[in-house]
Amino acid sequence: MRRWSAALAVAAVVLAAGCSGGGGDGGDAASDGPVKLRFLSLAWQKESIAANKQLVDEWNTANPKIQVEYVQGSWDNVNDQLVTSFEAGDPPDVIHDDSPALSGFASRGFLLDLSSTLPAELKGDIPQAAWDTVTFGDGKGGQGVYGVPFLQESQVLFANKKLLDASGVRVPTSDDPWTWDEFAAATKKMTKGGAYGVAWPMKSPVNKVLSLGLNFGGTFFTTEGGKTTVKVGPEEREVLRRIHDQLHKDKSADPSALGMGTADPLPGFFAGKYAIVPAGVYLRQQVAEQAPDGFEWVTLPPLKGVTAQQGATSQTLSVAADSKHPQESVKFISFFLNGPNQARLAKGDWLLPTSTAAAADPAMTTKDNFWDVATASAKNLVVAPYLKVNGYDEWKSKVGTPTLQEYFAGKISLDEAAKKLVEEGDKVLERYAQ
Amino acid sequence: MRTALKYLALLGYIVFLAFPLVWLLSTALKTPQEMANLDPTWIPRRPTLANFADAFGEQDIVGSAARSLAVALASAVITVVVALPAAYALARFRSALNKVAIGWVLVSQVFPVILIIIPLFMVLRRLELVNTLPGLALVHVTFTLPFALWMLQGYVRAVPRELEEAASVDGAGRLRALASVVAPLLVPGVVATLLFAFISSWNEFLFALVVLKDPEVATLPLTLVKFTGPEGVVRLGPLAAASLLATIPSLAFFAVIQRRLRSGLMAGAVKG
Repeated sequence: MRRWSAALAVAAVVLAAGCSGGGGDGGDAASDGPVKLRFLSLAWQKESIAANKQLVDEWNTANPKIQVEYVQGSWDNVNDQLVTSFEAGDPPDVIHDDSPALSGFASRGFLLDLSSTLPAELKGDIPQAAWDTVTFGDGKGGQGVYGVPFLQESQVLFANKKLLDASGVRVPTSDDPWTWDEFAAATKKMTKGGAYGVAWPMKSPVNKVLSLGLNFGGTFFTTEGGKTTVKVGPEEREVLRRIHDQLHKDKSADPSALGMGTADPLPGFFAGKYAIVPAGVYLRQQVAEQAPDGFEWVTLPPLKGVTAQQGATSQTLSVAADSKHPQESVKFISFFLNGPNQARLAKGDWLLPTSTAAAADPAMTTKDNFWDVATASAKNLVVAPYLKVNGYDEWKSKVGTPTLQEYFAGKISLDEAAKKLVEEGDKVLERYAQ
Repeated sequence: MRTALKYLALLGYIVFLAFPLVWLLSTALKTPQEMANLDPTWIPRRPTLANFADAFGEQDIVGSAARSLAVALASAVITVVVALPAAYALARFRSALNKVAIGWVLVSQVFPVILIIIPLFMVLRRLELVNTLPGLALVHVTFTLPFALWMLQGYVRAVPRELEEAASVDGAGRLRALASVVAPLLVPGVVATLLFAFISSWNEFLFALVVLKDPEVATLPLTLVKFTGPEGVVRLGPLAAASLLATIPSLAFFAVIQRRLRSGLMAGAVKG
């Protein structure tokens, strides 16, 4: 027993020593010291983290009076983290997030309206379509700009070059992309010898389907007299039906890929089991890194329906309303997201910059890793219709995801799916309208 | 034959338990290309340490593991120190308060964490414990304590009251009886509770996420999650390498402490 007590005592001493050394000050510097900003970044790819850290270092060297602390967060739980720190009044000064999350934070007064504080140069460098993705109601009847949009994603097609060439189909270009009909014909042709023409990873189908729905003018939501309802008419049904046909009629899409996350079909893609995988442009990084030696792949431009439009959301930098240094935070953001820096960030994340100056950077238009195709696809991006829908997140998780999964799995018909999306969806949205 | 079957079952169980660790090791040593192979192998074809280099180069794995260890040891020890006397009182002294106390312990287990996390944060801020490891250790103690109390109470109940009475008959006072008779018999219970509290704290993520703000104080779960991206995409290699190392301190703690986890001490202590 004595030995046991001694062990406990030692442990207590060790932990006391460990704990006492670990506390950060978390507060501001003394009044005559530099201003300290906390920057919550969600960069997670190796090159992207390096680019972020390097930019912060450059800023800190050039601005000894405004020092930025780089804090790496995670996409997985950033909104939980932010809600608690907003509620508790201790948020980071500069916040990296994505535009769908900003709407709720803005209406609750957690974020600073940047519309009158951003420099003209930054405003002019980013097109209005991107600013639309961060313009939300302030919860008091007004509108504000609650972040600076800087990275966007479009949906492209990743194709196995050998299978594509062997099929003899026309290879699409950014100027002359495939229509959905051509895509369906191509995947049918490429379905042979145990290989499927396409794998649709549909673990999280909603954003993807809603974004592609714009190809045929499908918006899925309509707002009349301030009331938003779900709409699944002929335009919305087009993309749903076409994907369903590939799965169940043409049998050119592997049904077992339906439960997969975005990157999960890659092993099958590399093994020649899938000729084409539709995914966001950022997946080029994983394809380039993981492709076995000798495997040839191409990035094909976005599909075209009536138009090639896709719904865009943006990664954003915002300033917390509770920040003690809003002006300094805006200054930092203006530096961090200028044209040349956006090009570095986009390159690190394999995404599309919103800055027109960055899009013209040679690194964004090179043929290496199909940057030219990716950057050209940005012209099709318009603000995602669901971005301004209050209650969209709940609709997505409770109604959208299970209904689309059931439909694509062939368990319910298109009419049944549409009915569920509308009737159950409207009930959810109604609650948010009240 | 029966022994052989027993060993076979044991072997099966060990394989079942070891599988995730071996898979983690195998993944940590694979190149990105090999990880994306449709026919995965147990033994990497071209083993690499690049994942370890990436994990350690990009993130402060060692520092965050040390901080996690400090917090987990602190909360485990404090939990047991607080829970043990309370458990003894609950098990031995029967009163109306006991039922209320036990009921409260059980009710406290069903609160959704997310409901109390903001008030808790505010309390910590008032105490100036936000962004500090003692603050996190305190939170962990608060949340481990009810179940630890419940566990220890069961162990105390299992020690026959007659043993204490026998010690009194032999002239021992209450404290002497506690120290010489009850305490040694409670060691396995204390060890099990320590392990429970240690592992709960070692793995805890949400409170750490809310309480700790700066990278200098981040614990291991907060560091590991930095290898994950949006839509569940992860950097599997560095994550596996870092996770493998994350298991070592808890395994070591268990290895040191498990010898005390023996049962049967009281077998035959009381007859009739």
